Amino acid sequence: MKDTEGYVTADGRQIGGVLMEMRNITLRFGGVVAINGISFDIREGEIRAIIGPNGAGKSSMLNIISGFYTPSEGEVLYRGERRPAMKPYEVARMGVARTFQNIALFEGMTVLDNVMTGRLTHMHAGTLSQALWFGRARDEEMENREKVERVIDFLEIQNIRKTPVGRLPYGLKKRVELARALAAEPSLLLLDEPMAGMNVEEKEDMSRFILDVNDEFGTTICLIEHDMGVVMDLSDRVVVMDYGRKIGDGVPDEVRRSQDVIDAYLGVPH
Amino acid sequence: MADEARDAGNLRSIPALLKRNAERFADRPAYREKEYGIWQSWTWSETAEEVEALALGLLELGAKKGDFVAIIGRNRPYLYWSMVAAEMVGAIPVPLYQDSVADEMAYVLDHCGARFVIAGDQEQVDKVMEVAEGLHQFEQLVYLDPRGMRKYGHDHLTSFAEVQRRGRAARNARAQDLAARWSGLGYDDTCVMLYTSGTTGKPKGVVLSNRNIIETAKASAGFDHLTEAEEVLAYLPMAWVGDFIFSIGQAYWAGFCVNCPESADTMMTDLREIAPTYYFAPPRVFETQLTQIMIRMEDAGAPKRRMFRHFLDHARRVGPDLLDGKPVSAADRAKYALGEVLVYGPLKNTLGFSRIRVGYTAGEAIGPEIFDFYRALGINLKQLYGQTEASVFITQQPDGEVRSDTVGVPSPGVELKIGETGEVFYRSPGTFVEYYKNASSTADTKDAEGWVATGDAGFIEEGSGHLRIIDRAKDVGQMADGALFAPKYVENKLKFYPNILEAVVFGAGRERCCAFINIDLTAVGNWAERNNIAYASYQELAQHPQVLDMIQANVEETNASVANDEMLSGCQVHRFLVLHKELDADDGELTRTRKVRRKIIAEKFADLVAALYDGSDEIYTETEVTYEDGRKGRIRATLQIRDARTAPVVAPVREAAE
Repeated sequence: MKDTEGYVTADGRQIGGVLMEMRNITLRFGGVVAINGISFDIREGEIRAIIGPNGAGKSSMLNIISGFYTPSEGEVLYRGERRPAMKPYEVARMGVARTFQNIALFEGMTVLDNVMTGRLTHMHAGTLSQALWFGRARDEEMENREKVERVIDFLEIQNIRKTPVGRLPYGLKKRVELARALAAEPSLLLLDEPMAGMNVEEKEDMSRFILDVNDEFGTTICLIEHDMGVVMDLSDRVVVMDYGRKIGDGVPDEVRRSQDVIDAYLGVPH
Repeated sequence: MADEARDAGNLRSIPALLKRNAERFADRPAYREKEYGIWQSWTWSETAEEVEALALGLLELGAKKGDFVAIIGRNRPYLYWSMVAAEMVGAIPVPLYQDSVADEMAYVLDHCGARFVIAGDQEQVDKVMEVAEGLHQFEQLVYLDPRGMRKYGHDHLTSFAEVQRRGRAARNARAQDLAARWSGLGYDDTCVMLYTSGTTGKPKGVVLSNRNIIETAKASAGFDHLTEAEEVLAYLPMAWVGDFIFSIGQAYWAGFCVNCPESADTMMTDLREIAPTYYFAPPRVFETQLTQIMIRMEDAGAPKRRMFRHFLDHARRVGPDLLDGKPVSAADRAKYALGEVLVYGPLKNTLGFSRIRVGYTAGEAIGPEIFDFYRALGINLKQLYGQTEASVFITQQPDGEVRSDTVGVPSPGVELKIGETGEVFYRSPGTFVEYYKNASSTADTKDAEGWVATGDAGFIEEGSGHLRIIDRAKDVGQMADGALFAPKYVENKLKFYPNILEAVVFGAGRERCCAFINIDLTAVGNWAERNNIAYASYQELAQHPQVLDMIQANVEETNASVANDEMLSGCQVHRFLVLHKELDADDGELTRTRKVRRKIIAEKFADLVAALYDGSDEIYTETEVTYEDGRKGRIRATLQIRDARTAPVVAPVREAAE
């Protein structure tokens, strides 16, 4: 799978070359090995899922991709180049945006303001001109607001534009988080359990949006998810983790049939 | 602007009106739509260009005279243009309800034989594609919002922008053909075909001519002095005749601006931003708004709450009189003016009603309290009575003669008569041409002289000349003594009380009327909480003596008000009981649109009906219920039956005198 040409998915989408590659990643917290020598890649334009039972190390993996953790061993390659240890905001500037498992929005701020924060990496005006709201700051804000409005329209949250996030139900907060991540116009979007705690209808909506984002903007998406059904329907390729090791990697059908995966999910008699 | 000026020329079709508006109101806004958080607008001359480009594009697609073009989607300027463009090429626009399921859509598309469908988004496109196989006349699908359709095959699919682009490119070649087509449209050519929602049987296609639409628009715009300065918010379904009259008929006649909301969910925000001068809403919308205000006031601080109540009481007392131009003392006027600054003004601003000049409600009965609330604030809310077959207007209330219990006087040009059975008939320039491909229904509804049966029973009030609707004609019956029995009339009055969710009145062919009542669990539960009344179940609450006392008071008040109506005073409720279960569509007791199924209820609860009439004080009953997951269970209860005081009848039934 080290070719650069990519592949064609079952529904006819052309997937590009490798966008990000994990090579022998190991992550230790003191004596605990959270991730143990895992390698996989994320290709341009695909929806890539990381699944696994509780405590398998999925979120740690995502935190490595987003630059929040630095791996103890191994390396992360971004567009073929080795990525040095970076601060998360530096990674964000490279075009990686994410959502969180436990929603991390500014509860007191409106939806619009929250989504605007997603544009921060694109704003360069100085503090003074921003405070006075003139010149470059003003042009920049208008330009960014336009981009944000496209995202608001795309995710159909116009009706809550001016509502403080704290007053929204859970499912909508998740959508606002996705909006904020999208506002950054990422080339790689990381979603940490986007469907957790949602009802069936909310899950369907969210799945639709994830597919639409991928389809409309060509955004590469890497997601972590518990709900096997959703993952298998959504993703092009799946990495399965268990106890920090990789136990499966491939298209959903392959993974579903793998004995190791079945054992990890259903348990085996010891 | 003088009406003669509007009459000048040959304004015999919507495209002709568009051309006039593009010249006369060139730089005035014709359409606005909120998109990406900003109100985008189009002037009349821009609109004319857009519509023309689309019409040329339709010609490129091969649209012929007499074709049907179905239009499906939420209110958007592009879809309004589609209707006008369709008429421009000599085709007939058929707007469909966007929430109809694929099967219903298939029936209508097949019935009219639509060659073209213009759909708003992927959802509508999917529905059409699903049924397209069986539609032999269907050729081309034009879609507006390309989102999510990247992977669709493009055989029968063209985007709206592409159609317009091709139209613009073909202007030189086709402009002459187009001009010839629309300038050849006559007053009796079809303007639009609207399908009635069809609560009974299959939907029927109501054919309305240019004469119907333009004459109606002219008369009704004159009635309320509508000018090009009006602003309306187009948010009701495009397939509904009202929207066609308001957003196309009157808008093109008077030349005013139609504003389209950003999405269905943002309607209230958009309403506030636009602050329309002319507004229509069904009673339900006004009711919801009032409830929201009251709930938000409960959360306000004590001084604000006191101020709100104080001025609202004052408004209730003098507001309607001020609006009707009746004499009001100088002191009351001054206090009302202060209230306007402190309470009414800000409140109207929040509701989006600060500029409203004329507001209408129709469709069902509106609670007098709700109606009076808005009028007290100085909002000129009126009622009208209409139907698709009449191009909306049958009767409407003139300024200064507004009451919650009538639907007004005949609209200009409309003749009314009451049939022998009490059914209301009308004849007007707006009367529909026919039901499409359904001559027998046309003949059943419209007689040779052009009188149309409304299916509603009513009477014209002596003195004022106002029409009052009492019920659907087929539900109106007679009591044992021959007095008129109009159950829905009484039920509506009962349902205006917040504690009463549903009521079913019995009495056809009997000596007296009796009623089943359903309590409103939210309202009564709230009341119980505030008064520290403990209850374990719906049944227990429903049979609580204090609840029964409350309901009894409501029934007696209703009786007093029914007694005022000499024709209907026989319908007072003598005995009632509060049901042990909520009437439910899952149990077949209500229709899916929450209308009471009288016959089924009478059969199912025959023991209770018998008890109401045999004089017993209580009755033990068992009822089968269906839970949401389909399981069945039984409810057992002993129900109290109460006698309600009835008011003496004002005058004997005067049938003999008439």
